[in-house]
Amino acid sequence: MTALSPEKAGARAAPEPAPSPLAAVWEEFAEKRSAVVALGVCVLFLLLAVVGPWIAPQDPYDLRAISFLDSRLPPLSVTPEGTLYILGTDGQGRDMLSAMIYGLRTSLFVGVFSGVLAIVVGVSLGLVAAYAGGVVDAAIMRLVDFMLGFPTILVALLVLAILGQGIDKVVFALVLVQWAYFARAVRATALSERAKEYVEAARSLGLSHARIVFGHLAPNCLPPIIVIATMQVASAISAEATLSFLGLGLPITEPSLGLLISNGFNVMLAGLYWISVFPGLLLLALIFAINVVGDRLRDVLNPRSAT
Amino acid sequence: MSALLEITGLRTHFNTRAGVVRAVDGLDLRVAAGEIVGIVGESGSGKSVASFSVLGLVDPPGRIVAGSIRFRGEELVGADPARLRRLRGREIAMIFQDPLMTLTPVLRIETQMVEAIRAHERVSAKAARVRAIEALARVGIPAPAERIRAYPHQFSGGMRQRVAIAIALLHSPALILADEPTTALDVTIQGQILYEMQRLVAETGAALVWVSHDLAVVESLADRVCVMYAGRIVEEGPAARVVAAPAHPYTRGLLDSLPGGALAGARLRQIPGMTPSLLDLPPGCPFAPRCPIAAPACASEPPIVAIAPGRTARCHAPLVREEAA
Repeated sequence: MTALSPEKAGARAAPEPAPSPLAAVWEEFAEKRSAVVALGVCVLFLLLAVVGPWIAPQDPYDLRAISFLDSRLPPLSVTPEGTLYILGTDGQGRDMLSAMIYGLRTSLFVGVFSGVLAIVVGVSLGLVAAYAGGVVDAAIMRLVDFMLGFPTILVALLVLAILGQGIDKVVFALVLVQWAYFARAVRATALSERAKEYVEAARSLGLSHARIVFGHLAPNCLPPIIVIATMQVASAISAEATLSFLGLGLPITEPSLGLLISNGFNVMLAGLYWISVFPGLLLLALIFAINVVGDRLRDVLNPRSAT
Repeated sequence: MSALLEITGLRTHFNTRAGVVRAVDGLDLRVAAGEIVGIVGESGSGKSVASFSVLGLVDPPGRIVAGSIRFRGEELVGADPARLRRLRGREIAMIFQDPLMTLTPVLRIETQMVEAIRAHERVSAKAARVRAIEALARVGIPAPAERIRAYPHQFSGGMRQRVAIAIALLHSPALILADEPTTALDVTIQGQILYEMQRLVAETGAALVWVSHDLAVVESLADRVCVMYAGRIVEEGPAARVVAAPAHPYTRGLLDSLPGGALAGARLRQIPGMTPSLLDLPPGCPFAPRCPIAAPACASEPPIVAIAPGRTARCHAPLVREEAA
């Protein structure tokens, strides 16, 4: 009765396909229409950012393409030459729509890239802290406390004031202020995962510490990482926008949405609303969509907050 | 015959805020190559901590404070962590109580098995996969080539334990430590697993240390049984003899509390009281407060009494003494 011949047993237990957990998550995620729409918006923005240079009506930073005579045209203006500016032009005569597409590109790049770097740094340190425990844990977590003790914008402003402008510097500043969130959240999850028997079992197999931490512990801590990552990308984008708005972020040659908003800010109350408001709306839509996706992910991935 | 595993005077203590917990307190155990040894005891008698000590997996606040663990003559207490890691999984494998907990839930069986093979051997992922499938077939998993793609939760409890056993056997270890591997399974599955284990151990020539709270299971499986109480072995001997005529009152109590012997409707007999707190063990025999035949002499340290050749009990007044050997 115990020694089933493989053929016989194979016939009885039909080999079922093993759906990946990802498919199950998507199924539950899709139950909420608004989340799917938000995800669609995110994907659309992402595509727009990627193919932007090919579909934008104008290269807003090609000085030959812009004419100062066309500056501050309201939306839907048509020039005598027959050019249509759907969203109007800014103070230098750039097409707002094109400027926004390019700005979106920069904003998303900075947000996603700094988010990924912050995840790598924060998650690694958080996992190591939880796995190693003791002095290592204490040292890493005190550093996290130290970082979280300062307001995000203050730290970023200080760093940029010292380092100067530039995309790499903004990314560095954003990683510096973000990694601690990941480290803390991951450590909390990893601590409870670490106590589970599979970690002991992996050790009893003679696996190396690195393998256990990054091969076994890390994938089990993924759900909170994904949720925080989504939220952090949104907050990185808005932090970058804030920095650029304050004039400390990106140089004028690599304008982001924040810089566009600040460009039109002086003239907004003079009735030239479109220069600031359209980039602002785009930023709002982007961050809103990312946050809706993140909220839904949190509901799906965290069984405790399920209704 | 030299022993494969020889533990002498092992003491593993946990320094907690409440005091020192003496989880293992003077354990002596010899396991010969190819032998099946059962270790029986209640919850908290130090069975699991003993097996973790062998693998060097006792985490702070736990610490091996004294004693020696020799594996093939090599001292493992205080050995280089890298050396211990090479032994784990390769020479000494472990099977745990709940395979749902011990297989990483988010990784496919394939990933976990291939990783376990490649942790100790330089083989290609493809070759490792072939070996993993063979290992699954050997423990009686139907359609292993398909099932290896599954996640742990897609297996039933019995199948999962078979997977865990397959992983333990991957490197043909000389010693397998099984920590209550059938406790989480229902009785029919338990029977199957016991049968498979016996068969596989006989095939591979591995020695098996089977930790359990179930004396009946151990009797049917093991050559020799060691009964543990409060961190040390109180009785040791051939499984059949120990069960037929227990020498230590605690073993007797364990046997009496099995449901089988009593008449239906009659009250089951139990051992009064609970496992003593390992924080402050009474001086003398730790079982004395619960022992039905405790005498004033039990306030002093009980001697190890030879009951018969190969049979000992740690008791002032063993219940049986086989004069004729």
